[in-house]
This record gives sequence, structure tokens and C-alpha cells, in this order.
Amino acid sequence: MYELIINFLEGPVPMEAYLIVSSIMFFAGIYGFIARKNLMMMLISIELMLNAADLNFAVFNRYLYPEQPEGMFFTLFGIAIAACETAVAIAIIINIYRNLQDVDVEELNQLKG
Amino acid sequence: MQYTLVILLLPLLSFLLIGLLDSKLKPSLAGNLGTLSLAIIAALSYYCAFDYFTADRVNGVFQPVIMQMEWLRFSDSLHIDLGLLLDPISVMMLVVITTVSLMVHIYSLGYMKGETGFQRYYAFLSLFTFSMLGLVVATNIFQMYIFWELVGVSSYLLIGFYYTKPEAVAASKKAFIVTRFADLFFLIGILILSFYTQTFDFATLTAGNSNILSETAGATFLGASVLTWALALIFIGGAGKSAMFPLHVWLPDAMEGPTPVSALIHAATMVVAGVYLVARLFPVYFFYSPEVLAGIAVVGAFTSLYAAVVACVQTDIKRVLAFSTISQIGFMMVSLGASGFEGHEGLGYMASMFHLFTHAMFKALLFLGAGAIIHAVHSNEMSHMGGLRKYMPITHATFLIACLAIAGIFPLSGFFSKDEILAAVFHFCPILGVVMSFIAGLTAFYMFRLYYNIFWGEEHKHEHQPHEAPKLMTFPLIFLAAVTVVAGFIPFGHFVTADGMLYDIHIDMTVALSSTVVALIGIALATLMYRKPTQIPATLAKSSPGLYKAAMKRFYIDEFYLFVTKRVIFNCISRPLAWFDRHVIDATMDGLATITQQASVKIRGLQSGQLQRYVLVFLIGVLLAAAIAIIVYLA
Repeated sequence: MYELIINFLEGPVPMEAYLIVSSIMFFAGIYGFIARKNLMMMLISIELMLNAADLNFAVFNRYLYPEQPEGMFFTLFGIAIAACETAVAIAIIINIYRNLQDVDVEELNQLKG
Repeated sequence: MQYTLVILLLPLLSFLLIGLLDSKLKPSLAGNLGTLSLAIIAALSYYCAFDYFTADRVNGVFQPVIMQMEWLRFSDSLHIDLGLLLDPISVMMLVVITTVSLMVHIYSLGYMKGETGFQRYYAFLSLFTFSMLGLVVATNIFQMYIFWELVGVSSYLLIGFYYTKPEAVAASKKAFIVTRFADLFFLIGILILSFYTQTFDFATLTAGNSNILSETAGATFLGASVLTWALALIFIGGAGKSAMFPLHVWLPDAMEGPTPVSALIHAATMVVAGVYLVARLFPVYFFYSPEVLAGIAVVGAFTSLYAAVVACVQTDIKRVLAFSTISQIGFMMVSLGASGFEGHEGLGYMASMFHLFTHAMFKALLFLGAGAIIHAVHSNEMSHMGGLRKYMPITHATFLIACLAIAGIFPLSGFFSKDEILAAVFHFCPILGVVMSFIAGLTAFYMFRLYYNIFWGEEHKHEHQPHEAPKLMTFPLIFLAAVTVVAGFIPFGHFVTADGMLYDIHIDMTVALSSTVVALIGIALATLMYRKPTQIPATLAKSSPGLYKAAMKRFYIDEFYLFVTKRVIFNCISRPLAWFDRHVIDATMDGLATITQQASVKIRGLQSGQLQRYVLVFLIGVLLAAAIAIIVYLA
């Protein structure tokens, strides 16, 4: 048991460790997206999921195909899109707040037929 | 003779112009426009008649002029053409239609003045004139059918002109449905005829020696040749338009339309379409199914008798005239049915066409006169009239001329044509001749009953003094009266005969004398009973109340139709069908709709619009899919 932990700490970080972290991030994101009623918190949850995916890209690229850089580029790409998307989403949320003084997602049903 | 095309197209043009502009045109302009176009085509028709009848005869026969183009081609031999056929009867009809129509147009300028929808009225008149002209110049039976239906439609539109009046609406519907019902048989007849002969063309059909027809005569169905069936069905179509018993029910009701319309459509032109149809196909009837021709004679005689009896007791003056029209058309039909083909044998055909011509003139005159009277007293009922001769001298004089003409008094036109008809019928079958003479007497009686009730007898108290109609209305009366006086002297046999050969009319003295005596007896009886208020009519009515009431109710033919349609057809056929439709066909569809709706209510909760719930569902779905994938992968 002790040896196992020493090996784990001293050896190179195994891929599974990264995957465990990204899975935790991803499901935390899903949980936040489903459970939170505040639009802002939902946006943060989406970012969390996106970053988990980015992390997976980087890890798989690093461990499985170290000689090819596509995964890294995808990660950068994902970060850029996340930034744009956040900007748009925040703009929308601010507008909703200005109009309705509320960002509770269950109250936003004016467009429902 | 290319200009005859204008005769056909000008009324169409005027219909389109007036109809499309409608209320944008000033009423007087619309009226004048319609009348002007009619005047032009009337002049052209007269010129055309002059042109046609002064042309040289070939082998003693006026050559038909045919101008046509192919319109629809089904096979090499079977195609539908559109065109003009000018032969003696169509040229004669052109003259009749344009004359009466022109008179009605002029008359309506006065009669319909100030009516709402004046422009619409003139548009419909033009449409009617166009369709009627198209009908008579049709080169083939299918073109005739097209115009036949157009005539039906425009008649419907004109009867229902006062569409705010429920009776007018009901009458127009009745007219349309009854004639349409008859037209169904006409169409079936056309289809059978064309199927076996491979042609629609009148010229081919009526060519005396055509092989097509002889071959067809071989095919039989239910004991009669197919050709006989086709011709009988075509006659039913004609009987519908010409108001032959038992399809006459629409004509008396059609009197709900404006009176000039009754003069044009229900006296002079449309109702003789059936007679014209039989005349057009006369050689076919005569050579290939004389039994149908005999049937036509019987139907015509019965209709004539029936209508004459009913006319004797009606109190609405327009209805009396309507039944008189039915009766006179019966005369024409009898005459056609009794006719032979060549020379003196073909007298009936000539007489029928002659009577068509003279009857159109004096019946239009009678209707227009009735219109002037209605215009003056604002009522159709005889009891509201009486003693009008002092107030309306011109109407009185012209009406009297027309009454004498229809009664058959020398030297008015009706005498000549009716005399020829009686002579032909006596030649065909003496018993029928006696019957027709009796009807002629009845005609004289009921026409003079009408005349005395309107112009003589007890004066009704009027709210305001009746006065003579304006000049626009009296001019057509005078014109038509003049025609009625002189038309009898037209040597009609020189123009229109069954075989096309020249025929000199000679008065058969025995027939002429006997029919004049019968007519005089009728007039004398009417004079005795109605000239001064007497108790004789009431006593007569009381002495046979059953007959009187039955005649008053037109022998319950309408009631019979109502019984058949409402009780029998509605209850036994329509109701079960409606039930089946509602409870089986509709119910199936309703059931499907209900199931769909119930199902959607059940699953509506899923479509909440709540984003987070969707994501939850999506997540569960993905997890399930992943689980399945893993299980499958492991297994």
C-alpha cells in the first residue's frame, strides 16, 4: 500500500489521474447546470464542462499521440470559443436582468406559447 | 360571312366590360352600352339573315355555312370544335333572339330604372344573350352543351336578381337544379351518341345518308337501339330547358325574376332551346328513332293540356303567362313530333319553327305588357287590377293584339303558325288533332280571362292613379305588336323546312275555320264570364271544388316532388348516408384525432420549456446509452 502511494507520487503522473479530475469537473458542471436556477451560475457550470473537455483534449494528445499537436490546437480553439460565448452569454444575461430584474431561469417563460 | 363572329363576341365583350366595371360605371352608361351593343348585333343579324336567304340555293337547299376551329382533340375522329354554323334555323333563331333581346334591353332602361344593381342586371343580360346566341350557332352538340349550361347559369343569375328576396333565391335554385338534373341526361345522351358515332358534329350527324348512324342502330340495350336511348336522353335534356311535363316545375317559379327577364328568357328564347335542340337533330330523330319522336309528340300534347288547364285558374298574371308559355312550347313539341321529313310531310317541322318565331314575339309582348301593368299597380295579382284600359291605352291595345294572336285569330301571326301546327297534327293523328284544337280553345279562354281581369271588370281601388308606362317601355310594346301583326304573312316555308326545300304554305280551310271557331268560342266564354263581374266563375269553381283546387295547386306536381325529395330521398337515402358519414367516416377520423389529443395531453408535461429539465432528461438518456454500450461491449 505504502509502496503504491510512493510509486504514484514519484513516478510520472498517470493519465487516469487527469481523467479523474476532468470527470469530476465535468459532472460538477452538469450538476450545476441542472440544479442552479441562476443564469450566471449556469453559465459558470457550462464553462466548467467546457474546460473539462479541453483538459481531456490536452491529456489524450499528450499521452496517446505526443508527436502530433492537433489536440493542443483544439484546446486553444476551445478556450477562444469559450471566451466569445461567455461574452455573448453575459451580454444576454445582463439584458435580461435589465428588462426583468431577474435572472431566475424558471421565471423566464415570456416567449412560451 | 365572317362578320357573324361579331354577333357572338360583342355581347361577351359587353358582359365583360359592364360586369367587371360594375358599380364604377354610371347606371345609365351601363344600360346604354348594353343596349347599343345589342342594337349593333341585331342589325348584323338582320343583315346576316338577308345575306343568307338571298344566297343561291344548291339543289333547292340553302347551303349551311360552317366556320370552325379545333378546340380539343381526343382521337383522330373524335374532337371538339368551336365555331359557327349558319343554316336556316340558326339564322332564324339569331333574328328572334337579337330582336327580343334588343326590345328587352330598351324596355329595361325604363322598367329597371333606379334599381340597385342596374349595371349587374345589364351585365347578366349580355351574358345571357351571348350564351343563347352561342347555343343556336353551335356547330356540334358538345359546343351546344357548353352554351346550354351557360344559358342555365345566366338564367339562374337573372331569376335570382333580387337576391334579398327569399322567394327569388328559392326560385333561382329550383330552376337551376331542375334544369341541371335534366342536363345530366342530356350529357349522358351526348356521351352515348358520340361513343357510338365517334362524332359530335351536327353536319355529320344529320347528313341523311350517314353510315355511322346505321351501324350504330345495330347495337341494342334493353330492347331498344342504343341510338334510341341516346336520343331519348337528349330529349330529356331538352324537356328540362323547355319545361316539358314533368320537368316544368321551375318555370312558374322563375317568374320571381324581373319581368323583362321573364320576357326574354322564360318566354322567347331559353325555353325554346329544347325545341331547337330537337329541330337541330330532327333528321336523326326522324330516320333512326321515330318512336322517340312519337314520344315527344305525346309529351308535348300532355304538357300543353296540363299547362292550359292550370293557366285557367291561376291568379298571378305572370304565372298565367308562364303556364301559357309551357302550353305553347308543348304545341311546338307536338308539331315536331308529328312531323315527317319531305315536302308536305315536313309541315310539322316548319310549323313548329314558325310557331317558335311568332310565339317569341307575342309572348315577349305579353310579358312586357304585364311588366308595364305591374309597374303601374305594383302587384302581380289579378284582383288588384281591373279597369286599367282607361289608364294605359297603349299597353291595352298591344296586349289585346298579343292575346288575339295567341288565341289564333286571323290575320295575326299566331293564327298562321297555330293553324299549320293543327294541320300537321291532324295529318299525323286525328285524335291528337282534336285534343290540340281543344287546347287552342282553352288558350283563347285563359288569355281572355287574363285580359278581361286586367283591363275590364271591376276597378280596384289604387293608392295612386295608374298611369301609362314611359316611352322607353311602350316603344318595345308597339314594335313587337307590329311584328305580331305582320309576321304571319312571312312566307316561312321559303326559309325554314325540314328537308330545306322550298315549301309554300297554304291554309287548310277546314282546320283554319274549325280552329278559329274554337278560339272564338273560348273568347266568347271568357267575355261572358269576366268582362263584367259575374257569379259564373265562382259558381263553376264551387260546382267542382276538387278539380278547381287541384288546378289551382297545379295538380300537386310540386307537392309530389317535395314528397319524393323530402320524404323519400331525404329519409331513405340521404339520412342513412348522412348517418354513415357522421357516425362511421367522421367518427373514425374523430377517433384518431381524439387519440392523438389524449396522447399529447399525457406527454405535454415533457415539453415544459424548462431548459434544465431537458438537460436532465438528456443526461439520463446519455447515461443509459453509455450503460447499454458498456454492457454490450462487455458481453
